[in-house]
Amino acid sequence: MTQTAEPTRQFSVIGTRPIRPDGLEKVTGRARYSADINLPGMLYGKILRSPHAHARIKSIDLSGALAMPGVLAAVSGKDLPAVSGKLVDQSENAFHNLKFMGENCLADEKARYVGHAIAAVAATSPHIAEQALKLIKVDYEVLRPVMTAADSMAENAPVIIEDLVPEATATRRAGGLRSDGDRRHNTNIANRFVFQTGDPANGFEAADIVLEREYLTSAVHQGYIEPQSATAWWAQDGSLTIWCSSQGQFAMRDLTASLLKLPASKVRVIPMEIGGGFGAKTLVYLEPVAALLSRKTGRPVKIQLQRAEVFQSAGPTSGASMRAKVGVRNDGRITAADATLAFEAGAYPGSPVAPGTQCMFAPYDIPDQRVEGLDVLINAPKVSAYRAPGSPAAAFASETLLDELAEKLGLDPIEFRMRNAAHEGTRRVNNVAYGPIGFIQCLEAARDSDHYRSPLVGANRGRGVAAGFWTNGTGPASAVASVNTDGRISLVEGSPDIGGSRATAAMHVAEVLGIPVADITPTVGDTDAIGYTSTTGGSSATFKTGWACYEAANDIKRQMTARAAAYWGVEAGEVAFAGGVFSNLKEAGKELTFKKLAGMQMETGGPIVGRAAVMPRGAGPSFAVHVVDVEVDPDTGKVQILRYTAVQDVGKAIHPSYVEGQIQGGVAQGVGWALHEEYRFDPSGRMLNPTFLDYRMPTTLDVPLIETILVEVPNPGHPYGARGVGEVPIVPPMAAIANAVGRATGTRLRQLPMSPGRVLDAILAKQAAG
Amino acid sequence: MATVFIPTMLLPFTQGTGRLELEAATVAAVIAGLEERFPGIREHLVEEERLMPGLAVAVDGELSTFGLRERVGPRSEVHFLPALAGG
Repeated sequence: MTQTAEPTRQFSVIGTRPIRPDGLEKVTGRARYSADINLPGMLYGKILRSPHAHARIKSIDLSGALAMPGVLAAVSGKDLPAVSGKLVDQSENAFHNLKFMGENCLADEKARYVGHAIAAVAATSPHIAEQALKLIKVDYEVLRPVMTAADSMAENAPVIIEDLVPEATATRRAGGLRSDGDRRHNTNIANRFVFQTGDPANGFEAADIVLEREYLTSAVHQGYIEPQSATAWWAQDGSLTIWCSSQGQFAMRDLTASLLKLPASKVRVIPMEIGGGFGAKTLVYLEPVAALLSRKTGRPVKIQLQRAEVFQSAGPTSGASMRAKVGVRNDGRITAADATLAFEAGAYPGSPVAPGTQCMFAPYDIPDQRVEGLDVLINAPKVSAYRAPGSPAAAFASETLLDELAEKLGLDPIEFRMRNAAHEGTRRVNNVAYGPIGFIQCLEAARDSDHYRSPLVGANRGRGVAAGFWTNGTGPASAVASVNTDGRISLVEGSPDIGGSRATAAMHVAEVLGIPVADITPTVGDTDAIGYTSTTGGSSATFKTGWACYEAANDIKRQMTARAAAYWGVEAGEVAFAGGVFSNLKEAGKELTFKKLAGMQMETGGPIVGRAAVMPRGAGPSFAVHVVDVEVDPDTGKVQILRYTAVQDVGKAIHPSYVEGQIQGGVAQGVGWALHEEYRFDPSGRMLNPTFLDYRMPTTLDVPLIETILVEVPNPGHPYGARGVGEVPIVPPMAAIANAVGRATGTRLRQLPMSPGRVLDAILAKQAAG
Repeated sequence: MATVFIPTMLLPFTQGTGRLELEAATVAAVIAGLEERFPGIREHLVEEERLMPGLAVAVDGELSTFGLRERVGPRSEVHFLPALAGG
């Protein structure tokens, strides 16, 4: 269902549901993913991984592997060039510590988690490469690991990175060294953020009810279907070509080039189809290693991860330990909030605690609030981004606490949220004020939905509500649209397509030019084929690349208007263009269709190519409100989801089917996060469930049909009113389900996942307490 | 006059002043104005003549890509925030 706040603006293509341009190739298996690359003379790389969660590497002996027939090269961390430990900007406000990133690709002096890459070999077959790994001798000094944020922050905890920048540095993010060689202080707290607005102490004094609770979430994996794979070919002319699965070919290029100390122009990254990323395919893991092996052998080298390697080395999201406190007046007005979030970063800095702190209470107008965030190292795989990084865990805490307060006040949970809803002008905890937003409209749509108006009857059933917020991002983007003489357009843009961006890119062009979407063939260009385009992340692709395509189409329109004017011998201002037809305003009836004029391009001046490179602003944030009904089996603790409705302010849905798909996908992942998924470690730090047999992803039996309500409050910052839509749907589900379980059982669960055992324990504890 | 919001963690450097008004046409000028009033604050905002890595500046609610050269209007709001990346 779609509810449009601005129904007067009419589009011909925007808002329709054309068939996806990549559909046929994908359903017939012809689409080429990174593992499908096979080159003449190609070698196979395999990576030796640490069996210890924390160990000093005293020596690595590669000679045994190198002596094995069929093995052509072996590398360790010493083969990576030394890079600075200072943060660097990769041009997208995505700051990286290259030293840490390099060490995560190949360890140097320490192994910091089970699965940490220690060495790699290249051989003529994957089986030989695997055998060769067993011949590498590594002398470890095993150290005590720390596996939780609480243990890591304890007095005398083992220090994971000895030269980490001190936490007291006021504005610094994600660790790093203030200057190379700076070794002032030992800590596992990589960073600390504090945001405050108003005076929380005063706010709590004004409250009639104050609740304070603690929450825990486990690390969960993004669970993309396609494991990472990279093939690198370091040619004799010094150029390096990489085929890989990523969310940003330019980021892969720049990170690989930086780690190998190569000019970016020497590296070409060819983006393959991507089988899911959800934020995790924004960093390099394999690319520099495959490149090193290729340089040593002079042959292309492919490294393809197995699922267990994905779990143990290619970043989950953080587990979190959180405390939250909220005060309310009896009239339902929130007076103050205070929270501390400790996010586990894994073995290197960079948890998403900074966005978590800023998103936590963002849907609400709270005059006095303070949120503190800690980025804490543990001996686990370095985390990477996962859909709305930081916001889902934070919302689990804030939204369940708010639900408890609504219950105590005897207020309907949506009404309670309405009384406190953020609106244009509301300041978040970081003091930034909102522009036009659609949160209140989302609450109204949820309240008025068929789902919410339908009574929930039956024993052991409960209904939960939760809201979510995400900032959305933007960035530079490029597009080139070439008009073919048959009137069709070849469109090259730079956003790897993880959620339908090729379709929406083509729709922007079709809308401007008044031609069918099917007449446009969109292609994602490699780093030598298209201008710089920032990573497909932050829900930015449709916004920024759509904008670039809109501008490229307008460039075509301008050029063809001039061609038509020259053809008719009139001024460009005397040519109108509408519905795919150029009209001579000086002479009624003289018209040229787009197709006709396209066919005349060589006789009117040559090829017509529209180009655009943009850096758009105005992405605008997103809000969501979810409603879920559950039934809890009182004998087993199993939670069954009965009905789920997700409401979201989408600005303008360019392709509603894709938007609905994004929302449904986010909810499905949220169901897993809420009920099933968790990284389980033994005391030595070994992951106990690194396969899909043991790591419980939701299945079709767990997830019902997810109803969606698209609330369209147009984003004034985009030509067609679009907002990013891909991330916020994963923010509310854990809290919404927890609230439903709480109302179904009469007891609140404050730890994820709400697995049957945990739910049953809570039910039994409540019964025991009488 | 632009309104400049001081990040919570820098409040010790401004003796608790959380927001102030400054005459400035760019972010660089904003920081120069802050340094004049609160000597020492600049080193937490600028490194090697660029905005501190890991730090972002928002002008009128929009994250800037121009850093110190970002234009600031007479009624602009300026915030210094940790840089964020999405998933």
